[in-house]
Amino acid sequence: MNNINKPNLIKIIKDGLTASANWILNIFVNTMDWIMDPIQRKIGVKRMAYIFLLPNLLIFGIFVLFPMLLNFYYAFTGGTKLFPQDRPFVGFENFRILLECENYFNPNTCTEDLFWRAVYNTLKFVVFQVGGMIILSLITALILNRKIVARGFFRSVFFYPVLLSPVVVALIWKWILQRDGLFNAVIMQFGGERINFLLDANWATFWVIFISIWANMGFFTLILLAGLQSIPPDLYEAGSMDGTNDWQSFWHITMPLLMPTMFVVLVLSLIRAVQVFDQIYVLTGGGPGSATLYMVQYIYNKGFSDQIHIFGLAAAASVLMAVVLMIFTLIQLYLTRKSDAV
Amino acid sequence: MKKKIFTLFVTLMVVALIITSCAPAAPTAAPVVEQQPTKAPEPTKAPEPTAATVEEPAPQPVETVELRMTWYTDGNEDVAIRELLDKFEAANPDIKVVLDNVAYSTILENLPIQLEAGQGPDMARVTQLGDLSPYYLDLTPYLSDPGYWEENFGPFLNWMRPPGDTEGIYGMMTQLTVTGPYINRTLFDQAGIAVPSDSSDSVTWEEWADVTRQVAEATGTDFAMTMDRTGHRLAGPAISQGAKFFDADGFPVIDDEGFRKMAQLMIDWHKDGTMPMDVWAGATGYLPAADFFINGQTVLYMSGSWQIGQFNEKIGDAFDWEVIPNPCGPAACTGMPGGAGLVGIKTTKYPEQVARVLDFLAQEENIAQFSAKTLFIPGHLGLSVKGVEYETDLEQAKQALNMFVSQVGKLDQIAYDMQAYTYNTIVLNAIRDRLTQVFVGELTLDEAIVRMQQEIDDGLAAEGVVR
Repeated sequence: MNNINKPNLIKIIKDGLTASANWILNIFVNTMDWIMDPIQRKIGVKRMAYIFLLPNLLIFGIFVLFPMLLNFYYAFTGGTKLFPQDRPFVGFENFRILLECENYFNPNTCTEDLFWRAVYNTLKFVVFQVGGMIILSLITALILNRKIVARGFFRSVFFYPVLLSPVVVALIWKWILQRDGLFNAVIMQFGGERINFLLDANWATFWVIFISIWANMGFFTLILLAGLQSIPPDLYEAGSMDGTNDWQSFWHITMPLLMPTMFVVLVLSLIRAVQVFDQIYVLTGGGPGSATLYMVQYIYNKGFSDQIHIFGLAAAASVLMAVVLMIFTLIQLYLTRKSDAV
Repeated sequence: MKKKIFTLFVTLMVVALIITSCAPAAPTAAPVVEQQPTKAPEPTKAPEPTAATVEEPAPQPVETVELRMTWYTDGNEDVAIRELLDKFEAANPDIKVVLDNVAYSTILENLPIQLEAGQGPDMARVTQLGDLSPYYLDLTPYLSDPGYWEENFGPFLNWMRPPGDTEGIYGMMTQLTVTGPYINRTLFDQAGIAVPSDSSDSVTWEEWADVTRQVAEATGTDFAMTMDRTGHRLAGPAISQGAKFFDADGFPVIDDEGFRKMAQLMIDWHKDGTMPMDVWAGATGYLPAADFFINGQTVLYMSGSWQIGQFNEKIGDAFDWEVIPNPCGPAACTGMPGGAGLVGIKTTKYPEQVARVLDFLAQEENIAQFSAKTLFIPGHLGLSVKGVEYETDLEQAKQALNMFVSQVGKLDQIAYDMQAYTYNTIVLNAIRDRLTQVFVGELTLDEAIVRMQQEIDDGLAAEGVVR
């Protein structure tokens, strides 16, 4: 007993544990081998890949593919019943309701005026939000790419809003912008008149776009920063030896080499902008009136929030939106492949 | 060996994926495990000291049925109902009722989807009584005395019946409500302006608007009047102005002079700042404006009797608040009746137990206790006659309750018809949402009325109702 000192004891325990682990592992491997071996012999090594893909494919099929197909079917059905077997087939009726307009530039002349208001609001949002965000992200990335004091700190600060839940972002800004919010308190402190930031259509649209840029800018800044850092410094050195100034370097070196990254940012932000929902739903609820009603909220309202759940119309609108998103995605895929090829 | 390791790795991934995809099932297994320790005391049986003990049959464990009740709360109803449910559970150890207290918006937006999907609770407290009627459980076969229900809930049972049904018993009223305006009398006193209803029984909406504007101006109050964002609150004043809401065949029709007049008043009041845009233009769906009144930011607040409990707690005697008679128009001086019902859901696995719970809660003494604590007007005819000893010493609350009770008999027949109409929420929501678009300048009143009617027609058509 005295021969067993502390290091020996540890070694014995370690060996014992290793042996036990090996024993369990062997049993497990043999069992699996017992299951997989006959399958592999039957279908061949090459086809085994499909067996391994099957679980993930099943999950994808049940939770993504099947709902997508179901949604497509719902777009051609009517009524308010939830289950497909209870829903009458109506052909293209839902699409007709959505797309029927006397004058496409005046939503009031459309059968489903709120759909067209949502379409125009989404277009406006996409143009200003994506445009504003790319410009601001680029400027921020250019600044953060320079050797400034506390660069790491500023990179974190600009990325921080991306980490926040969209609902939290909306609630924070709602407290700031509402009637008795922070901004109005400050304005009134200086003797100004209270401004209904979220009750005036123009103000509400402005703030919705601003907040969306604020919340998402960090993500795109990071992508652009990575793009900027991949530009070889030799090019700038060569340029400076040729007498280029900062502006010329930016236009003739930075921008052309950053363009593939810019395209990715553009397409990603476009897709995100078209999908905008939760943040604005919490902030304005789509109001005032329908001033900040966007496509996804229109679909949500029609399908779930309105008293009568018109799933067919909601499904048809989401099919139309999917087409738009698919176009953006194809562009992104094309550009990504093109830049990879380069 | 390499092949084995590869096979092991892949198999592990497969197993992990399968386990992950089955994850939600795990929590349901937990209670089964928790129940097992009850078997532990078995060894103590060993001594068996006396013959008498041996002969005594071992007490059979009671099999408990768990029922879920979806509930929303305006004031303290969750506390009041829990007390009654505890009392019920003590007397009925075989039934446990889990109270799922949710936001009112969940009742309006999520519960209907749950019910349509067949995933609803066993019982639910609802206000869209007719709309959801296809999902209710007919309690009649399970009730010990259906006659008691007919006798005490008679007129309200119809509100919960699906179209065409004249006999089924689907639930009990947790309260009867009446809409009407509250005023902040302290502000009138501070402004030195008399309250018009003190000297007249029939003050018009226009007169109230004028006088409350004067009070708001004199006292620096933010708004003269506020109204909850719902078509139900607007319906009473519209009927007072002459809105008929139904054609000769009983089909909902919006466009008439009375409705236009009230709609125009609302537009004007939002335009000139008499009413805040925050409530109607600043929200989607239903939004109560109670906070404006509680915080003293409005002189008059158009809401209903269910706010008394909340005001009793949150305002108390901080200022003098009271309920005034429903303002008048050329056609009537009416608000809207309404109420919340506690109904059984027909997809329940335990209809008999659901009926036992509801039968217990519907007993006169239990409704009396619930009403006394919540300061609700009981939707129980027997109790209406006997009266309720409300648990409040606050004079404002007593005045408010008395005033609302006095309004019940003065409500217009159209108001009752609208409340009893199965699809009334389609009508009322269309009014609410389209009128809001007029407030913010997206539509004219004419365009809005066309859209309201279109939405009503489309909504009813989707429900299979055609003119």
